[in-house]
Amino acid sequence: MYVDPEIIRLLAFLVGVIAFAALNAAYLVWLERKEAAHIQRRIGPKEVGPFGLLQPLVDGIKLMTKQLIVPAGVDPVLFKIAPILVMVPAIMSFVTIPFSDTLVARNLDIGLLAIFAFASVNVLGLLLGAWGSRNKYAVISAARVVSQNVAYEIPMLVTVVTLVMISGTMNLSKIVGLQLGGFWNWNIFNLSASPLMPIAFLIFFVCMLAETNRAPFDMAEAESELVAGAFTEYSGMGFGVFFMGEYANIVIGASVATILFLGGWDCPFGLFPGVHWFLIKMYFLIFTVIWIRWTYPRTTFYGLLNLSWKILIPISFVNLILTSAMLKVF
Amino acid sequence: MSAFAESEAKETFVLNLGPQHPATHGVLRVKLTMDGEYIAEAEPVLGYIHRMHEKMGENRTWAQFMPNTGRMDYLHALAYNHGYVSVVERAAGIEVPERAEYLRVITAELNRVSSHLLWFGAFILDLGGFSPLLYAFDDREHILDLLESVTGSRLTYCYFRFGGVYNDIDDNFVPGTRAFIKRLRERMPMYHNLVTKNIILMKRLQEVGPISAEMCRKYGATGPVCRGSGINFDVRKHEPYSIYPEFDFDVPVYEQCDSMARYMVRMDEIEQSLRIIEQALDKLPEGPVMAEKVPKILKPAKGDYYHAVETARGSFGVRVVSDGTNTPYRLKLRSPTFSNLSLFGEACQGMLLPDALALMGSLDLVIPEIDR
Repeated sequence: MYVDPEIIRLLAFLVGVIAFAALNAAYLVWLERKEAAHIQRRIGPKEVGPFGLLQPLVDGIKLMTKQLIVPAGVDPVLFKIAPILVMVPAIMSFVTIPFSDTLVARNLDIGLLAIFAFASVNVLGLLLGAWGSRNKYAVISAARVVSQNVAYEIPMLVTVVTLVMISGTMNLSKIVGLQLGGFWNWNIFNLSASPLMPIAFLIFFVCMLAETNRAPFDMAEAESELVAGAFTEYSGMGFGVFFMGEYANIVIGASVATILFLGGWDCPFGLFPGVHWFLIKMYFLIFTVIWIRWTYPRTTFYGLLNLSWKILIPISFVNLILTSAMLKVF
Repeated sequence: MSAFAESEAKETFVLNLGPQHPATHGVLRVKLTMDGEYIAEAEPVLGYIHRMHEKMGENRTWAQFMPNTGRMDYLHALAYNHGYVSVVERAAGIEVPERAEYLRVITAELNRVSSHLLWFGAFILDLGGFSPLLYAFDDREHILDLLESVTGSRLTYCYFRFGGVYNDIDDNFVPGTRAFIKRLRERMPMYHNLVTKNIILMKRLQEVGPISAEMCRKYGATGPVCRGSGINFDVRKHEPYSIYPEFDFDVPVYEQCDSMARYMVRMDEIEQSLRIIEQALDKLPEGPVMAEKVPKILKPAKGDYYHAVETARGSFGVRVVSDGTNTPYRLKLRSPTFSNLSLFGEACQGMLLPDALALMGSLDLVIPEIDR
């Protein structure tokens, strides 16, 4: 029987991507707990396995063996579908991400657009889950998610448009290809295209925090205000899948930031580019995301709206205009 | 869907905050009428941990009520001890040895610092910052160790007795306390750098949650709440008791009336308490810690007595009416947080939910003390 090698390749990538997403979700929880513990001068998980490394496994088993409670009065269809709607787009986004020049499942020409399209579906999943829960805390949280969505996506997309203008392509592999050859070629230091590039990276990073609902922008699940926000009624694996989706989104956000600004798989000194550099940069960004969460208190959503409309959007537009002017002149 | 807006004319809904909500720190329930995320009306519902302390006091001897005092405000139990023993000593005419008074002040002020440290951590936790809580608990642990060595317990102290204190300090207490003061003074700048000067925290607290001096007078708010509204009132200064007049300390007062002012009052009070402890340790006299002629069965003269002390949350007053028997005829407890909470309903009208919860955190509520 003849099987197209392309299909086998895609199947292998599918399994790989799902395994990567799941493993990351599990071990980022471990990383988060360990990092939080050390920031707070504790030890963190240490009982299960060496350095508590088997803790995610045990947590997973616990979550999976728990009963899936569907509270009376919820919309059962939306309630059950919402976690999947958060998880699936996150996994889909991995398909277009180039981990190195050869390690990419589908080298789409509109890869960047696809990722942002999937990211919007993720917000929809949260909204549906909260609405389907028929819980007042969850509904308030859903309203916050929507206002947050409007606030952060504009500066983020304007920044991305700036980068697309510089690169002239939406193909993620080609965007990285243009930055190869040392850290001075990376977009974050591409001062000849626009002197505001480091600030553009900061804007993108802040928007990424907001997009993944991470502190200090975790208003959607502000535990001291809304109990658990959109996840209030979820338990067991329903909650677990939401949680995995959240971590998968952090990985996506860090990956996109790495690709757009930090030169993807490029080595800073022009030596031995490869997937390891991609992972080092990505995990460094994730480490920073966790670091921020355990350092800062939460903002309010009008704080985020003010930040977005008064600071991030004007600066990102200035950057856009400046970049287009520079491109025209030089 | 029936849980949501009933009619189109008035699109509000009732949000039941508590009694098991993470932000209410205990079993406080607040019935919020919400217009979107704005609070139209807030009604605190009390009584979930009511234990009839006043009635219990009328059913047992004067001394038997002592342990109850530590169980009202479990975070500043020694001030409650102090209030109750003072009023009974006033009623029975008991003279307290000087060393005992010094020990009372030292331990009560240490307890105040531990209460403020716990509040600091819990308040930042309300604002979504988790890490300061564990740093504050680390410092508080040292106080608990010190107080454990003197009083024998770590939380619900019952250390004071009519006519003195239960136990003299050991040799390690004075150097241990001095070491702690040095340590905390080194840590406070870190807290201010990491937390107070944090831009997010400043945005969340400054000009948010206004409580005017007028409102404080109307509801009888005391303690850091009224001092954050520009009212210079501290029972230790203005109705001096025990040996507080002998010490040189300031009453921090802020005029801004916002949540930040109340935050700053408490942070400054930690330093002022440390100053009091330091002076008391310097002057600590030798002598007995218990008055000699305290009758085994106490029967204070007939009369009506009142004594107020300054706790970490405000003015705590005890009124006892004695009919000359071995049990109080009437025992009335005036707890500060009850008054401080009562202004919440008016203060938070029209506020956003996160800001209202920041305001509630800045009131420093201890629920068992509200319900008693």
